[in-house]
Amino acid sequence: MSAIPARLKGNTGVLLGFVVGALALLVLAPAVLSDFRLSLLGRFVCYAIVAVGIGLAWGRGGMLTLGQGVFFGLGAYVMAMHMKLDDAGPGGVPDFMQLYGSGEVPGWWEPFRSPVVTLVSVIAIPALVALVLGTAIFRRRVRGAYFAILSQALAAAFAILLIGQQATIGGTNGLNGFRSFFGFNLFDPVNKRMLFYLAAVTLLVVLLIVWQLYRSRYGELLVAVRDQEERVRFLGYDPATVKTVAYVLAAAMAGVAGALFVPIVGIISPANVGVVPSIAFLIGVAIGGRTTLFGPALGAIAVAWAQTTFSESFPSFWTYFQGALFVFVVAFLPGGLASVGGLLRRRKAIEPAPVVAKEGAPA
Amino acid sequence: MNADYLELSDVRVSFDGFLAVDGVSMTVLQGDLRFLIGPNGAGKTTLVDAITGLAPATGSVRFGRTELLGRKVHRIARLGIGRTFQTASVFEELTVLQNLDIAAGAGRGPLTLLRARSAVPDAVAEALETVGLSARRDEKAGVLAHGQKQWLEIGMLLVQNSRVLLLDEPVAGMSGEEREQTGELLRRVGAERTVVVVEHDMDFMRTFADSVTVLHAGKVLSEGTVAQVQADEGVQEVYLGEAATRKALAAVAEQEGE
Repeated sequence: MSAIPARLKGNTGVLLGFVVGALALLVLAPAVLSDFRLSLLGRFVCYAIVAVGIGLAWGRGGMLTLGQGVFFGLGAYVMAMHMKLDDAGPGGVPDFMQLYGSGEVPGWWEPFRSPVVTLVSVIAIPALVALVLGTAIFRRRVRGAYFAILSQALAAAFAILLIGQQATIGGTNGLNGFRSFFGFNLFDPVNKRMLFYLAAVTLLVVLLIVWQLYRSRYGELLVAVRDQEERVRFLGYDPATVKTVAYVLAAAMAGVAGALFVPIVGIISPANVGVVPSIAFLIGVAIGGRTTLFGPALGAIAVAWAQTTFSESFPSFWTYFQGALFVFVVAFLPGGLASVGGLLRRRKAIEPAPVVAKEGAPA
Repeated sequence: MNADYLELSDVRVSFDGFLAVDGVSMTVLQGDLRFLIGPNGAGKTTLVDAITGLAPATGSVRFGRTELLGRKVHRIARLGIGRTFQTASVFEELTVLQNLDIAAGAGRGPLTLLRARSAVPDAVAEALETVGLSARRDEKAGVLAHGQKQWLEIGMLLVQNSRVLLLDEPVAGMSGEEREQTGELLRRVGAERTVVVVEHDMDFMRTFADSVTVLHAGKVLSEGTVAQVQADEGVQEVYLGEAATRKALAAVAEQEGE
């Protein structure tokens, strides 16, 4: 009886969330923020897209992935390579290669001259890498802290690999100095605004995808695998497959986020994809509430926003504050800030209870 | 319809040279509610682990004509071998309905999985009725009473379409009334399935078992009807020995309690 209204009510809440989110990002933010601040928000939105994927993999799937920087980086570097080649013109050589390299474009760069190949690769390369890694890792039943350490090691290895490739991928400097994005001049404020809208719409679409996943039977199965992996096996499912799907989706989301990050921020370097940014992605998710739909995205934006604001006024203070906040949330609010509402509601529900009991008791 | 049967021959499981199961052979027929008893460490749970692919074993375990040993856990489950665990292991964060729906869905394709459940599948509704949890359908499994969790697990085996049910201490920690209900439930579902119940509770065994296999130190000590097994001297020795120990322990506990 009560199931149907409850479900409807749940959906109304989520739909309201989407409407508020869309209004805030697409109407309010462009109206009140300066171009500089809007571009900053665009960067945070990219982090939020990664965070939504982490929410899926970690919050619902139990895979504490400390290495999303790898997939973020793959998407970002693919996009950056395309933009460098595009800026250099047909048959041209990107500027840094003339400085540090042989002055010739390596063969493996060539496919990314094509916009179509680039757009497909932005999703397909991170997804494929995650598919291979996920299959190998989850079939061997690596999980928990071991999986976390492994994923972090991958992020470290990826950053080191990039740093070593000065001549072909820019080394420590990374790739930067882009002038255009698919033919649009990046110095034009209108185009910068368009990029923000692109990122914001992408975030909303990614949230819609994840919402459908959470409502679906797959979403229920993923939670079951998170809580009782062995039990699921005895029901005839291979948990490795279930987990790999979530891991691949999270990787694809990180890849898309990386590809949007490059034109918005104007640089991608190993410092954006290594261990530290990989953990930074996670903090927002933990603070926002990893198992919820909107928590990871809101948490990621809030943390990044706070970081920028506080480090403008107290440059050295922020790191401590961030650490303290993380410790506080992990210790006292394992469900993240999103669980505060639920806790308050439960407390309210508990308080009137004794009164009712007293009234009922004399009978 | 052909009756199913589960046939074990010379099953051995060794952990670092210790033979937990040492050459067990037995046959369980459909409709024969078989109890597997024996003192702690007799290898009962290990035997169930071997059948379900969790513990590597040698010998042969056949379900009808299909050899089970050497297959992966989830493949064995798909062949219709289902089990429960000593400690009820339902998905506590999910509702009773979701638990059963997942159990029913191992054969679902990706498109079905990516959609939300639009109606309660017939098999799930039927199982809810059979295990008596229809009224608690939308509650989280974590809030169920201990006995209800065990029933939910049995319900999950039913929707999973298991032909063989291996139940590891299904009535441990249950009240007398719950035991009674569980026994009736097992009789009902056992008529069309092959059921093996690992159990410590002798009263429960006496009331509901059709046949009994006694394990001791990894070997079959005795097999037959309840009366036959109880009359077996070897069984008496093992159990009397244990009963004596238990009495002594109880006495010690009582003294300490005072």
